[in-house]
Parts: sequence; C-alpha cells; structure tokens
Amino acid sequence: MLAVINWHSILFLVFAGLACAFAVAVVVADNIVRMAFYLVLALGSTAGLFFLAGAEFIGAMQLMIYVGGTLVLLVFGVMLTAQAPFISIKTSTNDRVLAGVVGAALLAVLLQAAFSVEAWRRPGVGQVANPSATPLGMALLGVRVDDPPAGTSPSLVRSGYLLPFEIVSVHLLVVLVGAAYLARAKRRRTPRGIETADVAASGGSR
Amino acid sequence: MNPLNPMHAPSALAGLFAVNLMSDPVSVTHYLVVGAIMFTAGIVCMAVKRNALGVLMGIELVLNGANVNFVAFSSPYLQGEQTASIGLDGQAIALFVILLAAAEAAVALAITLNFYNNHSTVDIDQADGLKG
Repeated sequence: MLAVINWHSILFLVFAGLACAFAVAVVVADNIVRMAFYLVLALGSTAGLFFLAGAEFIGAMQLMIYVGGTLVLLVFGVMLTAQAPFISIKTSTNDRVLAGVVGAALLAVLLQAAFSVEAWRRPGVGQVANPSATPLGMALLGVRVDDPPAGTSPSLVRSGYLLPFEIVSVHLLVVLVGAAYLARAKRRRTPRGIETADVAASGGSR
Repeated sequence: MNPLNPMHAPSALAGLFAVNLMSDPVSVTHYLVVGAIMFTAGIVCMAVKRNALGVLMGIELVLNGANVNFVAFSSPYLQGEQTASIGLDGQAIALFVILLAAAEAAVALAITLNFYNNHSTVDIDQADGLKG
C-alpha cells in the first residue's frame, strides 16, 4: 500500500492546499498585519510548488527575492502606516457580495479553460534531467544550451534573454532611484496646517 | 504514457476529483487550478480592500498566480509527451516577473508612503483629489 502512494502528488496537494488556503485568507482577513502574514505563507507555499515542478532556481528566487525581499518591504510599509484606524478598514457588505460574485464568475471561466485542453490533463512521464541552473543562466546571457523540444524544426533558432536581462537591470536601477525620490524623508504635515507650519518654519524673517 | 493512470474522465471536474488523488500523478491542470485560485483571490483582493497596502497584496497574488502557470507550462516533470511544454522560456519569464514585481512593490510602497505623509491615511477611498 505504501508503494502505491505517489509522494510527489502528496507533497503537491499539501503545498497547493496551503497556497490556495492562505491566498483566500488574504482576501477574507480584515486585519492588514494578518493579511501580510498570510501573504508570506501563500508565497512560500508557492515556492514549494515551484520546487515540485522541477524549477529549482525559480523556487529559490521566489524565496529569496519575493518572500525575503518584496514581502519584507511590504511588511515595513504595513508597520509604517499601521495606525489604529487603519489596521482593519471594513469593506461594506454590498461590495463584498459583488466582488464574490465577480470572483466566482472569473474562477469558473479560468477553471473551464484549465480543464479544456486534453494534453494538459495527461500526467507527466517524469523524465527529468539533473537539476541545474546552467541552462537558465546561459539563456540570460544570450546562449541557449537546452535541447530543443522534440518535433521542433531545427531551423527554429531559440533566442536568449540578454536584451530583456539588460532592460530589467536598468529598469531596477531606475525604479530604485524613483522610489528613493518618492519616499524621501519629509516633514509630516496635515492638510490644514500647511500654511501655519510653513510660516513657523520660515521663522518670521519676512 | 503509463497505462495505469485512469485519465478517462467523463467530465472536466472528474478529471481532478474522481481519480485517486493518492496515486495519480500531477499534471499541468493541477497547477493551472492553483494558479486560477490565486489569480482570482488577487483580483477580489484588489477589488474589495480599502487599505492601499491590501490592494498591493492583491497585485502580488495576481502576479504569483501567473507565475504558477508559467512554471507549470515550462516544467519537465509535468509534460505528458512534450505536447504543451514551452521549455525554458517559461522559467525565464517567471524570473522576470519576480524581478518586476519587486520593482513594482518598491514604487507602489513609495507612492503609498507619500500618500500617507500628505493625507494622513491609507484609505484609498480618500484618494479622490483628481476627481473632476
């Protein structure tokens, strides 16, 4: 009996259940701090799904960049703005019902599309090469070392990703400069106190 | 193809639920279902949350659901006979999506903090200064 159990499927079900449950918990929860925590768990479970799909490098990047970087940034944003009235902002029941209907309709369409193709429902053959980040790293440098899929005509040249890699790197630099400019430290001012604060700050030298 | 796998599902949902989940290998459809649920959760989260950071979390969920699909289509484990595989391209796109999500989160967080500094709130219903 134990040999029948497909541990890949079991682990998939565990991680998929955790990811879906915590993704739904992000929607259901009202407390912003709990939403951030549920989001961390959902994205961490997704990294497990990536490992199970044979994309080890993507899973590691998901853990390091997404969970370790982006979500820590998000948690810092939550901590900086978590004043008492903003911890849990209630949504009206009408909006909740309407969003639930729209979400159910969207989910029905997506599930119908997911089940519509016969080839996607066939289980995998499980032939896997040795885990290696070399093909992906070489592809980012513009050289493809992975084998073309069977049935592809050899005249099809598979391009690398050197240009998108460079664009993304410059994009990240620009974004960092822009974020530092937008979020630079400024004096906190209230909408009504602008004039008086400015006059007080100028010291009455005029 | 392994002949022991009962994939003669009469209807769509039976393909996922009626077969033996303990011994049935995972296919691309399983991953697509997970991606669809995360995507829908993200869309609903973007729609109903009034906290600006909650909307940002919805965006992260949407991007992550798309990433699940990309990885599933590029996976060497899940392809039956390489009928649906997009090879390494899916992993490269997933990597770019992760990087751009980091950039997007940084800028969106900066905008949110700026809004909080100017208006003393993160309720996006208060952000109607541009309404005509």
